[in-house]
Amino acid sequence: MSMRVLVGVKRVIDYAVKVRVKPDKMGVVTDGVKHSMNPFDEIAVEEAIRLKEKKIVKEVVAVSCGPTQSQETIRTALAMGCDRGIHVEITGKEYENLQPFHVSKILAKIAKEEDVDMVILGKQAIDGDNNQTGQMTAAVLDWPQATFASEVKKNNGDLTVTREVDGGLETINVKLPAVITTDLRLNEPRYATLPNIMKAKKKPIAKKTVADYDVDISPRQEVLSVEDPPVREAGSKIIGNTV
Amino acid sequence: MMLRGLRILLGTQRSHIAVNLTAQKSTLAQVENGAVSSSVIEKLVEICGSKDVSTSTPVREQHGRDESYHHCEPPDVVVFPTSTEKVSQVARLCYDHQIPIIPFGSGTGMEGGVTASKGGVCVDVTKMDQIEAVNAEDFDCTVQSGVTRVGLNNSLRDTGLWFPVDPGADCTLCGMCATGASGTNAVRYGTMRENVMNLEVVLSDGRIIETAGKGTRTKKSSAGYNLTNLFVGSEGTLGIITKATLKLYGQPESILSAICHFPDVQSAVDTVVQTLQCGIPMARIELLCEKMMDAFNKYSNYDYKVTPSLFLEFHGAENHVDDQGKIVAELCEANGGTQFNWAKDMDERNKLWKARHMCFYAATSLRPGARWLATDVCVPISRLPEIVVETKKDIDNSSILGPIVGHVGDGNFHTVLVVMPDSPEEIAEASALHDRMAERAMKLGGTCTGEHGVGLGKRHHLVTQFGQGGMDVMMQLKQTLDPKNIMNPGKVLFTD
Repeated sequence: MSMRVLVGVKRVIDYAVKVRVKPDKMGVVTDGVKHSMNPFDEIAVEEAIRLKEKKIVKEVVAVSCGPTQSQETIRTALAMGCDRGIHVEITGKEYENLQPFHVSKILAKIAKEEDVDMVILGKQAIDGDNNQTGQMTAAVLDWPQATFASEVKKNNGDLTVTREVDGGLETINVKLPAVITTDLRLNEPRYATLPNIMKAKKKPIAKKTVADYDVDISPRQEVLSVEDPPVREAGSKIIGNTV
Repeated sequence: MMLRGLRILLGTQRSHIAVNLTAQKSTLAQVENGAVSSSVIEKLVEICGSKDVSTSTPVREQHGRDESYHHCEPPDVVVFPTSTEKVSQVARLCYDHQIPIIPFGSGTGMEGGVTASKGGVCVDVTKMDQIEAVNAEDFDCTVQSGVTRVGLNNSLRDTGLWFPVDPGADCTLCGMCATGASGTNAVRYGTMRENVMNLEVVLSDGRIIETAGKGTRTKKSSAGYNLTNLFVGSEGTLGIITKATLKLYGQPESILSAICHFPDVQSAVDTVVQTLQCGIPMARIELLCEKMMDAFNKYSNYDYKVTPSLFLEFHGAENHVDDQGKIVAELCEANGGTQFNWAKDMDERNKLWKARHMCFYAATSLRPGARWLATDVCVPISRLPEIVVETKKDIDNSSILGPIVGHVGDGNFHTVLVVMPDSPEEIAEASALHDRMAERAMKLGGTCTGEHGVGLGKRHHLVTQFGQGGMDVMMQLKQTLDPKNIMNPGKVLFTD
């Protein structure tokens, strides 16, 4: 089998950072704050690379939608083993208003253009926490979806995927081409090594715009305000039968 | 000649069997217990803010204990300063009022280093948790005292670099500096002593210094006295470490782990000595005795052979790693080793080393309710076989359960003496085993503590190891840097 996989990688505020709300209460502080690849996307990249190492997949393409700095995230994916990258440049207000609804259409177009057999995405991004992009992408492509995957196995021309659901684990058979979204227990992503980081600098990243894919990304939502969660109040002790 | 005493902790009482020390001790100021008045607490609130000062009992108790068997001795108040400047002001305040200061990181120490036997102010550094700089091209980074080693490595994952010193716990890096820590990787990457480039330290009177120079971060330096390595291993008795500049290494290109089982401890340790003499750049060589393998299997759900075993790891380019593995496999076989299990898969390797790091807990889980009295002797590698075999015999002849796990590549091994904390007899027997072990080690050119530090329980061993001259110099340094004897009194040296 020599399949091609598309992996989505999003640049988000690093999970270890304490996020602060901007004074204008319209968003969070991102300037000067450490960013890195969405942890679920790292798992997606790792899974794609493992499929490549098992010779099930021939080529892995990493895509990111965002400002110039998103290229750093793509470089990390390349250092982990992806073959090439696609950067769809979206900046400023357009980027702030970008939603899974828009991204899924872009990913679907790329999937078709690149003739991929699998799209692997993180189940959700740790900034939006939407858990929608994978599902919407599958819907636009009219492909089967296997979300919250904790195990992916090849099964002749199909995939057998174990999913983490509320009731426990569900195992399904999915025909290819398909969209998979990764959950935490799918794998532990590898670290980029120095030689691989060096090699990644030479791998190609195609620069694209939204216009290249003819997708309308006009905002469908308006942020009214962003606030901190309420401060936790101290508890009180109830002693004896005094209420 | 100095008589060594045993320190036996009986619940909240302490009885200190007579120790005849030299006259040095009496020149140090005697610290009063409970010297933290409400006016001092008000001043602490002024410095740190009311949110960052606590006198509540649970918080104080949390800060009065670590992972050792020593009983909890809570401080009078805990502060959580958010900057070096605040730490300095707190130190100045304590200096002026002659109040003990105990720095606290993650509370994962092994020797009772944070127990506040004289009460005082516990300075919890965990709110200073910023990684200030990562200089990837120079292979160094600077971290504040609240940054933990796993936190740092997670943050570095995109850079291809890591900080390899890995004691089992996710401890603070500056805590690791304070105890001169080491881990399973030391055989290849060294311990804290070799990997700290510079420290920012707050002294007992609030002065702030940088031990290698202001902003210095070079691989080497001949400039002035080596203050950095004075504070590394000082366990909070000379100053509070608020920042560290550390050496970083490239992530290994390829990693291969393996386990091999041996008929006895001697053949396992012989294999280690031969491997190192072959010049093979091992990344990890760990020994687990059969009792430890039993605990390991039970605790982490494995099914390995219950005999003395070596856990090995090779780092390097893929073909090198495979070659090294083959050579070591041959050596193991030549010594009677069997069932060489390879693990190249990352998930499998991580699971294995996580389980290895849990060994101390695994051992104490064999006796619910028990704590550990951990020994930590380290000897020249050629003397390792004899000391491990003799020690094991000693333990097997006692009534104490004492599984062995060790970084045999460094000549360092731990016996996890499993004791009930409320049984003075068990503690006494374990302490006696420990004393004999330490004496054995020191006769062979070894040290009483390879990486855990001295804390409370090994002070008398220190005296034997250094003798009069060495102890005098240490006391003199202590008196110079901490004339009021407020910096973690009673630790490392007999200053209480």
